[in-house]
Amino acid sequence: MEKSPEQLYQERLQRIKDAVALKTPDQVPVFGPYQLFPYLYAGVTLKEAMNDYAAARRACHQFLDDFQPDCDFGPILAYPAKPMDTLGLKWFKWPGHGLDDNTIYQFVEGEYMTADEYDEFIYDPSDFMLTKWVPRSFEGLKGFAGFPTQRRMMWSGWMGLGAFASDEMQESFRIAVEAGKQVNEWWGSIGQYNDEAVAKGFPIAYASFDWPPFDIIGDTLRGTRAILGDIRRRPDKLLQALEIATKIFVEYGSGAAGADLPLCWIWVHKGTRNFMSDEQFKTFYWPFLRAGMLALIDKGVIPMVYWEADIESRLEHIVDIPKGKAIYHIAQTDIAKAKAVLGDTVCIMGNVPNGLLLAGTPDDVKDYCKMAIDVAGKDGGYIMDTAVMLDEAKPENVKAMFEFTRQYGVYR
Amino acid sequence: MSKKQQLIDAIADMQEDEAMLVAQQMLDDGEEPQAILDACKDAMAVVGQRYEKGEYFLPELVIAGDMLTAIGEKIKPLLQVQTAGAAKQGTVVIGTVKGDIHDIGKDIVGFMLDVNGFEVVDLGVDVPASDFVAKIHEVKPQVVGLSGFLTLAFDQMKATVDAISAAGLRDQVKIMIGGAIMDDTVRNYIGADAYGSDATAAVRLAQGWTGGK
Repeated sequence: MEKSPEQLYQERLQRIKDAVALKTPDQVPVFGPYQLFPYLYAGVTLKEAMNDYAAARRACHQFLDDFQPDCDFGPILAYPAKPMDTLGLKWFKWPGHGLDDNTIYQFVEGEYMTADEYDEFIYDPSDFMLTKWVPRSFEGLKGFAGFPTQRRMMWSGWMGLGAFASDEMQESFRIAVEAGKQVNEWWGSIGQYNDEAVAKGFPIAYASFDWPPFDIIGDTLRGTRAILGDIRRRPDKLLQALEIATKIFVEYGSGAAGADLPLCWIWVHKGTRNFMSDEQFKTFYWPFLRAGMLALIDKGVIPMVYWEADIESRLEHIVDIPKGKAIYHIAQTDIAKAKAVLGDTVCIMGNVPNGLLLAGTPDDVKDYCKMAIDVAGKDGGYIMDTAVMLDEAKPENVKAMFEFTRQYGVYR
Repeated sequence: MSKKQQLIDAIADMQEDEAMLVAQQMLDDGEEPQAILDACKDAMAVVGQRYEKGEYFLPELVIAGDMLTAIGEKIKPLLQVQTAGAAKQGTVVIGTVKGDIHDIGKDIVGFMLDVNGFEVVDLGVDVPASDFVAKIHEVKPQVVGLSGFLTLAFDQMKATVDAISAAGLRDQVKIMIGGAIMDDTVRNYIGADAYGSDATAAVRLAQGWTGGK
């Protein structure tokens, strides 16, 4: 008898949870978190997907139907162009805003927090974000630079409310309201898609998104070059800011608690070997990320750490977490070495080279998947996945990854 | 210790304040601006060596680059004529391919090639294939380095190599690619001569092709 969507949903959920817990599931879970791929596959441009939410949902449904992943991303990473446009978002380029229709949006590096502003951020991060970072990040919200400081609202604070009467402030409020409605429209689409995917039997792959404390400070606040310089120029300030960022990290991630699949995706940007030494990693990166992860694990969240690039030299450090409570996605790191060091502690995911998926043949892909399952998936603890997010790839190669894993990766 | 050696050590050991102080003292003492620039160059070679040995990482390259810029700004107005530098090891044209605006990896490669004696022509990011072709015509490099961080770079790199071939320039240059997700499958697909997994590999490749050490 054919299984109901509800049965399939529970099976898929259990499959992933078993892999995380380092138990042997019924088969190796397979999943390909994507940005662009479903749209390329369905013939929808990224520009369309970011503007026409129904088109984005249709493309992702086609991916679900044709590839049957064990959990799914949906259109969450086709960011909504309308509010980005309304807000005048400055630290992104996206299709129609400096990039071609099918070019993935990209971050524009800059110092959105200057070196002498660490103390302000540390003293009152919310006030700093609202009056400094927000006006710098969004052309339309520059009026908020004059937002009265809320921490002085007791007694005579209301006498400072005159700031709200300025034309610039009112214009920023008008834009915030308009963008808010547009964002809600997009969230409505995301919610609709997720409900539809669940009804078809597919768990949603994410319950929250997060960034390591170092990257919270380094990505959109200080910028890559500046924060790397800060490691040597102002280490004490950086360490203080990282304490604050760790609390923000836990806030971001905690939203996953209570979800059917409480995965918190943690995007590791500057923690890889190319950015800093092991010593610097052990001082500025890992302790804060680890503390944040432990706090999330305590809340029942599964940290799903997306370790980009090659992290071989980091393996001996990052193995220091509780057993069976997290997933480590690996990209270019040698899978055998990762399994040898991490295998008794944490579920490994990923590592099918995206170059192979674009330039190889289905047989090449199957060979790689076989190797990955043999090496990393012997008794569980492995989830099949691409090395980096799925964008450009040959559909037949992607299909080979999914179908081969379902055939070869069966445990019982 | 000579002031020159002090400057070299200060830069190489990441002592920013001291490096700026010594550079200013050298100027005040009437030292030739070119001698200060030579000291910077020697210091950068030390930084490059420490990077290759795995003692230094990006934080140190960022700070070294900033020191070089700051001292350069002090000195440039004083340089009467641009003295011809020592003969270069060769010329390398680098750039991040069209559609991709990531520059950090490319910049490290440029820095390391420069400190190893190469003339580096950096076309920046989001570089169309036609710009690579035009620059190859103009500066006649021995080596072209294509950088890319995204999977879209696969096809853009391929298009760039194809454009270089179509212009009849393919056999005049060696082409290397770099970026986190590059590997031999991709190199073969693109039709490049080699890929490098880091800046040190890029230097080795360029040296190999230009008969260097």
